[in-house]
Amino acid sequence: MIRFEHVSRRYPPGIDALQDVSFEIAQGELVLIDGHSGAGKTTLLKLIAAIERPTNGVVLVRGQNVGALKAAALPYLRRNLGMVFQDQKLLFDRNAFENVMLPLSIAGFSPREAGKRVRAALDKVGLLAREKALPIALSGGEQQRLAIARAVVNRPSILMTDEPTAHLDPETAGNVAGILRDFHQVGVTLLIASYDNALFAPFASQRLTLRHGKLTS
Amino acid sequence: MNAWLLQHGKAFKWALQRLAASPANTLLSLIAIGIALALPAGGQMLLSNALQFARSSGEGNVTPQISLFLALDADKKAADQIAARLKNHAAVKQSRFISREETLKRMQSGENLAEVLAALPRNPFPDAFVVTPGNDSPAAMEQLRNEFRNWPKVEHVQLDSAWVRRLDAMLRLGRTAVILLTALLGLGLVAITFTTIRLQILTQRAEIEVSRLLGATDSFVRRPFYYFGALQGLAGGGAAWLIVLGVSTLLGKPVADLAELYNANVTLQSLTASESAILMALAGGLGWLGAALSLRQHLHHSR
Repeated sequence: MIRFEHVSRRYPPGIDALQDVSFEIAQGELVLIDGHSGAGKTTLLKLIAAIERPTNGVVLVRGQNVGALKAAALPYLRRNLGMVFQDQKLLFDRNAFENVMLPLSIAGFSPREAGKRVRAALDKVGLLAREKALPIALSGGEQQRLAIARAVVNRPSILMTDEPTAHLDPETAGNVAGILRDFHQVGVTLLIASYDNALFAPFASQRLTLRHGKLTS
Repeated sequence: MNAWLLQHGKAFKWALQRLAASPANTLLSLIAIGIALALPAGGQMLLSNALQFARSSGEGNVTPQISLFLALDADKKAADQIAARLKNHAAVKQSRFISREETLKRMQSGENLAEVLAALPRNPFPDAFVVTPGNDSPAAMEQLRNEFRNWPKVEHVQLDSAWVRRLDAMLRLGRTAVILLTALLGLGLVAITFTTIRLQILTQRAEIEVSRLLGATDSFVRRPFYYFGALQGLAGGGAAWLIVLGVSTLLGKPVADLAELYNANVTLQSLTASESAILMALAGGLGWLGAALSLRQHLHHSR
């Protein structure tokens, strides 16, 4: 489903975020990407979503070379990927319902169908009762769950999360991890970039460990 | 199709909401656009009214005309032949025969010439035709005069060319001024919209970034701003229309009083329906253009 072939990504003025990385992820896998801060975990996820382009090598997603996609084709790739960003990227002037609604508005869903899906996604992450709340009024764990709801509302086949349990207390982190595992259990291919490998490693079908941009395992 | 309409509806609604979100800023922008567009629109209105004033002022009818004076020995048959030629002439809108007797009678009724004419042994006036041409441009009238000069029994052709030329020159000057004003102040409208959209893009930067990451196309991102620019332009056009209407209403009475002193009956007219439609289309179009230029400049950089 996802394949990296000798992928490198270099940032000016010559910093190698990834060097000659190759791996393959099959459909329905739960993959843990771990490594120290600055190891290249976020860059790897960005390459899959074509937020970044590889300097060398090929990134294939469902057989499509995403590094070579034209700008006009990128939106359609991203609509089929669920992404939970490290900084969540929630819109703080919109309530929880409106934040989760955004991907469906972009995809052109009717308000009725979109409303159903948004409530289902909020229900799944335990935030249905807080649909009118602004993100600022939510706790760190709730904001993380809101970001997950927004990532899955489009029912993507691939869900990528970047440090989903960072800055959360152990109980809340466990709760978020449980939600992610639930999505994996219904067939979603799940990529989790996290330094908290103890939380996810027991369930991972594959573990990619990065060190200074190189894949070590 | 439904999704496309839905997205346009949402973009339109968003633009309205953004305009309503900061009423003071919106009002100031609309006043600036309204004044900028009211100047050329008002110029056009004055031009139309000046033409009406010119055509109805002065002694009698001053619609450009050509007078054909026949030779003194021209008989009725010759006059009838000329009348027939004028009637069938494609470039002649209307012609009127004035007999020498009619002219004499009119002159005798005047205070100054009655005694002089009474002393003359015979009627000194020739038969004449007053011709209204279809095209009253100076060139067309000059051409007609040259043609009439060569007709048999036509002694003299008189053309009020000075009047026609003055009127034509004034109108050309007025039209050029209106076009220049429209171009300059239209540029101002584009600049106002450009800046407003830039500020909107800055305000919505986070949403634009997130939308793109979630799969928004360029059209999806740009559409609300296009609506915003066009709506702001249209509303500014509406403000300009109201300003012109207000000015024409306020000036109506003084202009009518002034016109009366020139023996003219003038009612100051505001913009016609077609002029109003052009004003609104121009305002909306320039707003859209300002938005397009701003998006091109600022969204490109934010990508």
